[in-house]
Amino acid sequence: MIDSLLNVAAEHADLLISLVKILLLMFIVLTVNAYLTWFERKVVAHMQSRWGPHRVGPHGLLQPLADGAKFLLKEDPTPAGVDKFTYFLAPLMALALALTSIAIIPFGPDPIRILGHDIYLGIVDLNIGILALFAITALSVYGVALAGWSSNSKYPLLGGLRSSAQMVSYELALTMSVVGVLLMAGSFSLRDIINAQAIHPERGIIGWNIFPQILGFLCFFIAAIAETNRVPFDLPEAESELVAGFHTEYASFKFAMFFIAEYTSMITVSALCAIMFFGGWLSPFPASWAFTHYLPSLILIPFGLWVIWDGIRYETIFGRIILPGLGTVITAIGAVLIVFPFINEFIQGPFWLLGKIFFFLFVYVWMRGTLPRFRYDQLMSFGWKLLLPVSLANVVITATIIMLRGH
Amino acid sequence: MNAPLVVFFVLAAIAILGAVSLILQRHPIHSALSLIVVMVALAGLYLLMGAEFVAAVQIIVYGGAIMVLFVFVIMLLNAGVEERTNVSKMAAWAGLPLAIALMGFIAAAVASSTDRVQAAAQTGAPAPTKALAGLLFQQFVYPFELTSFLILVAILGAIVLAQREKTHP
Repeated sequence: MIDSLLNVAAEHADLLISLVKILLLMFIVLTVNAYLTWFERKVVAHMQSRWGPHRVGPHGLLQPLADGAKFLLKEDPTPAGVDKFTYFLAPLMALALALTSIAIIPFGPDPIRILGHDIYLGIVDLNIGILALFAITALSVYGVALAGWSSNSKYPLLGGLRSSAQMVSYELALTMSVVGVLLMAGSFSLRDIINAQAIHPERGIIGWNIFPQILGFLCFFIAAIAETNRVPFDLPEAESELVAGFHTEYASFKFAMFFIAEYTSMITVSALCAIMFFGGWLSPFPASWAFTHYLPSLILIPFGLWVIWDGIRYETIFGRIILPGLGTVITAIGAVLIVFPFINEFIQGPFWLLGKIFFFLFVYVWMRGTLPRFRYDQLMSFGWKLLLPVSLANVVITATIIMLRGH
Repeated sequence: MNAPLVVFFVLAAIAILGAVSLILQRHPIHSALSLIVVMVALAGLYLLMGAEFVAAVQIIVYGGAIMVLFVFVIMLLNAGVEERTNVSKMAAWAGLPLAIALMGFIAAAVASSTDRVQAAAQTGAPAPTKALAGLLFQQFVYPFELTSFLILVAILGAIVLAQREKTHP
């Protein structure tokens, strides 16, 4: 019985590995999402001279758990007169598409070898990677638009209309802005795009796409923020005008699904910025500087020690137990990286990629804490009259230079 | 029955069901949603044939841009449930036989060309995007540019029509 099960498992090993990877990635992404809300509230609070979440757990660290429990336990009313099928379909679609898009991101260069199978970090490596991502982005408009329409209420309808117009307008600039990068890499595959930035390993950061493609990057980042409906482009959910926009009539977990979808697409966009313009998993230092490989430990160990030091002085007993424990784990991970060089070598790629993703997530939050919202006509004229021409000009300039150089 | 054939029949069934639902749904938004299902199923069929680029473009352009515009217009006009009238005698007596005749004609055409169609589909490796680009921008560059010119004329026409009300109040 067990033998035959093992045989079946061995035959379908690839399928099994993919399944495990999908479950693992889902778990990680959802956890990161939860703590992203904590991070965002904390950072914005400190920017506005407030404390942010501070009651549930030490430094409010258990706030995401409390929020999650609240989302699950709240009453989930369906408003009268909604279009039932579409009303239930919209949050599902938003969440499913957002989670699908993250499957295409490769998280590290080297595979892990387990039982004779090379396991790459990342679920699929499509050779039309970036196009597949745009296809998913193109469909994700429907989640918002249908939610707005099916709610049978005026504010969501206005929010849905705004968002469809906004996303269609900015999708053009988004697609055009990456053409320069695609021309330089000569491929749609995200892996190839990163490798194209590593042709001269001695140059380090100088070889990244950000320097030749600065215009493309600015267009891409602005358009991507508009695509993810974040400040300053969050007109579909402008609370001062539209209550909560397209998700006004959604409560409980259906609202949480929109929320998770939004944060997941933030992660995807940050990963795309890092991969296409900032060298993905490449280190900013020249390849010969081997001592920079100790950088992860150099960050983790002091941070862990600081968490311990902060924890033993914390005001609640719970905090005095949890925080030093957390600090010890972080310090231990840093120490393990020094003791086992092969783990350290493997962790380099993911370390840099995750570091860059984290940086762009911070920029997202930073902008939310800093910038006011666009007016609707400003949004439209900015997208069509500035962003699109600039990204088109970037394509022409890049193509011309590549032609003149003769590849 | 091998795996690609199974996937083909599943996708084909989804596409046909979506198309039938497109006609039978009474609300325009539901019809538009059905059409999106058809588009995505077709993209899946292209993917099955190894045409990755065409599949992605199918979803981006048809599934995304064009259908979003449809949905947008339906939402903007707030179109309600369509009213059904009784099927006219004309449609029943002339339309039905004609539809069956057309279907038979297409089926016969497909059946007689099965060998050639299969030969084309079995060439194997994914159609490389580079080859497609070469065909579009080198061999057929003039028809391609003419098509874009045609679309530009259509856009200008739409703008002129839309602006007419403003210039002559």
